[in-house]
Amino acid sequence: MAIVIDKSQRWRGFAAHLFLIALCVLVMFPLLMVISISLRPGNFATGKLIPETISLEHWRFALGIPSLGPDGQMIKPDLPVLLWLWNSVKVATISATVALFLSTTAAYAFARMKFVGKKAALMGLMLMQMFPTVLALVAIHAIFSRIGHVFPIFGVDSHWALVLAYSGGIALHIWTIKGFYETIPAEIEEAATVDGATPWQAFWRVLLPMSLPILMVIFLLAFIGAIIEYPQASILLRSQDKLTMAAGMKQFLYAQKYLWGDFAAAAILSGLPISIVFILAQRWMISGLTSGANKG
Amino acid sequence: MSMPQAFKRFFHPALMILLGLVGLYIVTLVYATGESLLACVMLVTLACFIWIYSSPKTYAYRYLFPGIGAALIFVVFPMLYTVRIGFTNYSSKNLLTFARATNYLLEETYRAEGATYNSTLVAEGSHWRLRLEDADTGAAFVSDPLVLDPGKPQTLKPQPLTAPLPGEEMPMKDLIEHQSFLKGLTVLMPDGGQIRMTGLREFAPSRMQYTRNPDGSLTNNQDHSVIRPNPKSGFYETSGGEKVQPGFQVDIGWKHYVDILKDPGVREPFGQIFLWTITFAALSVMFTVSLGMVLAVLLNWESLRFRSVYRLLLFLPYAIPGFISILVFKGLFNNNLGEINIVLGNLFGIKPAWFSDPFLAKTMILIVNTWLGFPYMMVVCMGLIKAIPQDLYEASAVAGAGPLTNFFKITMPLIIKPLTPLLISSFAFNFNNMVLISLLTGGRPDILNTSLPAGTTDILATFTYRIAFEDSGQQFGLAAAISALIFLMVAAISFVQIRATKITNDDKR
Repeated sequence: MAIVIDKSQRWRGFAAHLFLIALCVLVMFPLLMVISISLRPGNFATGKLIPETISLEHWRFALGIPSLGPDGQMIKPDLPVLLWLWNSVKVATISATVALFLSTTAAYAFARMKFVGKKAALMGLMLMQMFPTVLALVAIHAIFSRIGHVFPIFGVDSHWALVLAYSGGIALHIWTIKGFYETIPAEIEEAATVDGATPWQAFWRVLLPMSLPILMVIFLLAFIGAIIEYPQASILLRSQDKLTMAAGMKQFLYAQKYLWGDFAAAAILSGLPISIVFILAQRWMISGLTSGANKG
Repeated sequence: MSMPQAFKRFFHPALMILLGLVGLYIVTLVYATGESLLACVMLVTLACFIWIYSSPKTYAYRYLFPGIGAALIFVVFPMLYTVRIGFTNYSSKNLLTFARATNYLLEETYRAEGATYNSTLVAEGSHWRLRLEDADTGAAFVSDPLVLDPGKPQTLKPQPLTAPLPGEEMPMKDLIEHQSFLKGLTVLMPDGGQIRMTGLREFAPSRMQYTRNPDGSLTNNQDHSVIRPNPKSGFYETSGGEKVQPGFQVDIGWKHYVDILKDPGVREPFGQIFLWTITFAALSVMFTVSLGMVLAVLLNWESLRFRSVYRLLLFLPYAIPGFISILVFKGLFNNNLGEINIVLGNLFGIKPAWFSDPFLAKTMILIVNTWLGFPYMMVVCMGLIKAIPQDLYEASAVAGAGPLTNFFKITMPLIIKPLTPLLISSFAFNFNNMVLISLLTGGRPDILNTSLPAGTTDILATFTYRIAFEDSGQQFGLAAAISALIFLMVAAISFVQIRATKITNDDKR
């Protein structure tokens, strides 16, 4: 490389820093604004970007703590933020567990076994991934309302319906886990089989414990995927106390009921943990980004 | 053979038979409720389950069955079912299946002639008695104590009241709550008359409105007219052609597709939205990839300081859940109350109407989508640039080339090819980026003079969503037909993508 740093290079560096700093400001502006908005009193913009007085009213709202209303009565916040958060965590935990179970077993067969239709099935999974479920919302709604006529627990406005709807979206997970299994030499399981283990035991006792890291990553990705999923949650969940965070958040910003400050507090409350988990999951699987994981 | 071995040998088949019988029983129950499609899917699933888990030849499929089954039932089947719905008139007017609509009509009652009774529920311990008083004669009757269990319909046989009832009457508020229970009651009066609930505090003789005839038509018991199901309109109709609610779902062939092509009320918004969908997806890819690529080049510049700080900060938009950052922007861009307009107002004295002007709304969508999408492109490009051999740049430095020449002659040509499949998948993603549009603008501002809910910022996916779920007409059939067309477009994009991926992979070898 060139050792001599001439004048134009120094100018170039200066310009690059200027550009990057400007961009960082643009990127950070909304995030810092949200923190400021969640701490300033009132739900309307005051004209000052940095709040002069710090108020915790929005945080009380987000945490569901009753506050003193204008008429002297204790008012309970009318949007159950913590309940929505709990619903999201519940649905996401169950559906990530289901997704993990479904995809690890299927990936094992794809990585280690020979069967008719293997290539076609793998190709089919890849194709399936290309058609977003957004396009089948009408059918998904129709299917679950019909299931609901017979089994109300799996019908519209039930968390189990959402878990079932999410359980099918495992094509990408199967591909990822299959790729990981293929990096583990099959001889290890073969040794176990020679010692008298059934294929299931070889899978459950030998292969799975060795793939723990990838299983953690898949669990986290499925978990985050379920938490941030909006279209299906918005059509399958109806009543206020069944909503997940993603389906409920927009209720803060209706024109006739504009709760900007309360929204900011709720956004930080739910967004911060999810973002941290996401960054951790990405660190663990850097290759996951290039394998086509698009964000929803 | 010892006992445990015999047990082991017979346990598996016995379990399979047991599961099969339980499954068949449930399928029969489902079929009996009239949901034949659901019963059919369950039967096929059950048959596959029994076959795969009992035949030794299908061992590998035992591992595949749960995952592939879930994917087939909850991803592939809904897509096929969408295409199917596109050929029906399924909408809020024609919501029910034929069997359910018929049952609905057969459960209708009308008020027949006879004595009317004022009813009250009187408490007796934890039970209640139904007290009935003839509105004309004042004769009172009372039932045995009953439990208010809405689960099963009951038949009561009240007796003439001999002594006044001591308990308290149920207030109106609770009556409303127990309405469904009261509606299920059939009361046989001592004089042989049969009465039902006709108002919250009133019981009167009521009869079934319709009787089914062997040929499938229904006779109205009140005026003895006959209504027949019309498989074309999806309604029961009187001889005069008058439609009787509720309607039911019927096949209407290619009508929705013809409408999309010919009916100006559908065609014009569809065409306009289609153009914007493509523009939006293409511009989104262009903006995110240009910004991402420039940043990747800068952040790969070794003599630049604080690179890791920049990288972390610039990666943040990717880590924040989309539904949160999109809604944050919705608030920040708000015409009157948003912080962005406050800043613009203070600096330049302008207040752009981001949400009511179509062009500004589109601009805002692209700004937000670029903010959301560039980190992904940046990370991808950084990985690709790292793979470019360093000696290429050394050679160009010897030749005296500047950074711009390097970028356009070396970096870009070398990474654009492996980037192409990702660009196409990003295009496909944005083509159906419903979350962004429906959370940010909801498709608004709306296109004027259309009967369908259609907005200037709507993309095809949100257009179908609004037709199906936000419009009072809930035209599921039309929405499904448009979805089926989008399937075709996505299929075309995917085909191009697979080709591009193949070319890239062939180049690598």
